[in-house]
Amino acid sequence: MTRIDAKFESLRARGKKAFVSYIMAGDPDAAVSLEIMKGLPEAGVDIIELGLPFTDPMADGATIQLAGQRALESGMTLQKTLDMARAFRQSDDTTPIVLMGYYNPIYSRGVDAFLTDAKDAGIDGLIVVDLPPEEDAELCIPAQAAGLNFIRLATPTTDDARLPRVLQNTSGFVYYVSITGITGAANAEGADVGPEVARIKSQTDLPVIVGFGIKTPEKSREIAAISDGAVVGSAIVERIAAGDSPSDVLAFVKTLSDGAHSA
Amino acid sequence: MADDLFNSFMNGPDENGRFGDFGGRFVSETLMPLILSLEEEYEKAKTDESFWAEMHDLWTHYVGRPSPLYYAERLTEHLGGAKIYLKRDELNHTGAHKINNVLGQIILARRMGKTRIIAETGAGQHGVATATVCAKFGLKCIVYMGAHDVERQAPNVFRMRLLGAEVIPVTSGRGTLKDAMNDALRDWVTNVRDTFYCIGTVAGPHPYPAMVRDFQSIIGKEVREQMHEAEGRLPDTLIAAIGGGSNAMGLFFPFLDDKSVNIIGVEAGGKGVNMKMEHCASLTGGRPGVLHGNRTYLLQDDDGQILEGYSISAGLDYPGIGPEHAWLHEIGRAQYVSITDKEALEAFQLSCQLEGIIPALEPSHALAHVMKIAGDLPSDHLLVMNMCGRGDKDIFSVAKHLGFDMSGPEGRVFE
Ligand SMILES: Cc1ncc(COP(=O)(O)O)c(C=O)c1O
Repeated sequence: MTRIDAKFESLRARGKKAFVSYIMAGDPDAAVSLEIMKGLPEAGVDIIELGLPFTDPMADGATIQLAGQRALESGMTLQKTLDMARAFRQSDDTTPIVLMGYYNPIYSRGVDAFLTDAKDAGIDGLIVVDLPPEEDAELCIPAQAAGLNFIRLATPTTDDARLPRVLQNTSGFVYYVSITGITGAANAEGADVGPEVARIKSQTDLPVIVGFGIKTPEKSREIAAISDGAVVGSAIVERIAAGDSPSDVLAFVKTLSDGAHSA
Repeated sequence: MADDLFNSFMNGPDENGRFGDFGGRFVSETLMPLILSLEEEYEKAKTDESFWAEMHDLWTHYVGRPSPLYYAERLTEHLGGAKIYLKRDELNHTGAHKINNVLGQIILARRMGKTRIIAETGAGQHGVATATVCAKFGLKCIVYMGAHDVERQAPNVFRMRLLGAEVIPVTSGRGTLKDAMNDALRDWVTNVRDTFYCIGTVAGPHPYPAMVRDFQSIIGKEVREQMHEAEGRLPDTLIAAIGGGSNAMGLFFPFLDDKSVNIIGVEAGGKGVNMKMEHCASLTGGRPGVLHGNRTYLLQDDDGQILEGYSISAGLDYPGIGPEHAWLHEIGRAQYVSITDKEALEAFQLSCQLEGIIPALEPSHALAHVMKIAGDLPSDHLLVMNMCGRGDKDIFSVAKHLGFDMSGPEGRVFE
């Protein structure tokens, strides 16, 4: 059982929905982002998505593009991102960490070397945006073999015919992308999301978490109520971009997690 | 021709869109269903006579194909070696080879019921071609162009706007072709249901590299026939400039199985292929990676972060290269070289002076390599260079590089 599976089991036992937060590793720099990361569990975060900076984030809007640029300018690398997870693990051995990013930095490092190091650093799962099921042989299958969850995105364009293929090698949870679009853009609409979550749940026992377009505590609650949990990214990253102190950022995160947990 | 099918270089890509290890479909899930339906639609069109009949009709009456294969006599004399032929794709409607491909994709888009067309552009030639064909068919057209390129290719920006396209300057990154492609992909993810992404080169996720190659292959097919008519045999050497590699693939592809034909792709060497990456020579100075939907050679740092290339030519200013070229490079079927800004500018001027042809900066790179090698080749060596675009769009930036002030009525030479 991975930390992700254990987390969902404990949430289920308590009758709670999950709150998942995204921050970019190294934004605005390694020290501050580690400080924020360390405070996330206390702020009610059940699962941490840790963004791996990349120069060309094709599925991200301006907020996360700029966060990646800030991180890269501050000297962030794949190695330093893993080091950050390792540092976090010194004081927290239960909160799952999902590394989220694009394939090239991982491919450049070498898949086997990366997987060994990621596992050792305490990473639990991977979300790699530009690896659809058609490219499973690249990383998905080796990652599962190495004991890491490979979390797949399902989207509004993933129709019934395709859904089994998307679910096939997915583990940990399914990430439903609530909109056709990039991060930080449109608002998720509960009326659209509800039936889609039900459709996915009819084909899998995995938890279905919803992200993209969730920016407020109210939305976090609305979406968590009709799924297994909500993800917030851009809205948190915007606070970091505005120069909010780690404690202010974490106070905002707490309002979002309270939203999801009250669902 | 190949001894048998298994030894052919013309069978790629495989069903996963791979040329050897290169290519593939590295896109987000949102786009995947659309890419699969595009592939299906293209597979149908490929064997549909009515599709090709429509293409040929437009190529003939709208684009002005076939483009001439022109014996460049004075250039040949001047260089004193190989017999130099120019494939005159700069005479196409809109001034470059780009429209060959755009027509194919727009006809497909219409078949798929898409009403909104998006494109990325570097030099602006692909944007102009897309805006043109969209105007002709009454389709909405949005072109993403790096802010830096908007500046250095101003005439093409105005052209696109005249043709009714919306040009969106892209400020992310360094504001060149790579960044324009990122934003086009972001638009596509957002508007996937009604939008067709018309990619301008042999890159992107499968089926784009194969599809764009097939549409551009009209260039090589014509050269084959025209050379047969002119000289009664195959050419000996083919040379083309490479940004993403579409004009080059179009010229090369029909000759891949003719082992006697020497194939050379010319990358942009910028200020020289060096550690500072002031160039766009992905094969000469890069290594394999994954970007914009495919695995290919990329300019990147040790951490797998993509580097911004540099070239005087906006159309070659791209840190990647089509996956089929990456494969041809690895198996050694084609040779890839690089040419600096300075060499390209010299070739640009030579073409104007000796042949009365103002070339685009992109084929000026190809011509610069011709200048390097032609003199050492025998006079019966048949060399074909793809003159894939005309230089109207470049005269302002060339003037700047040559120190010529175009603001006054007579012009004024600095120095
Ligand atoms: C005239 C011309 N040649 C070449 C290129 C480079 O593209 P490709 O390598 O796909 O032919 C461009 C791109 O804008 C162009 O305008």
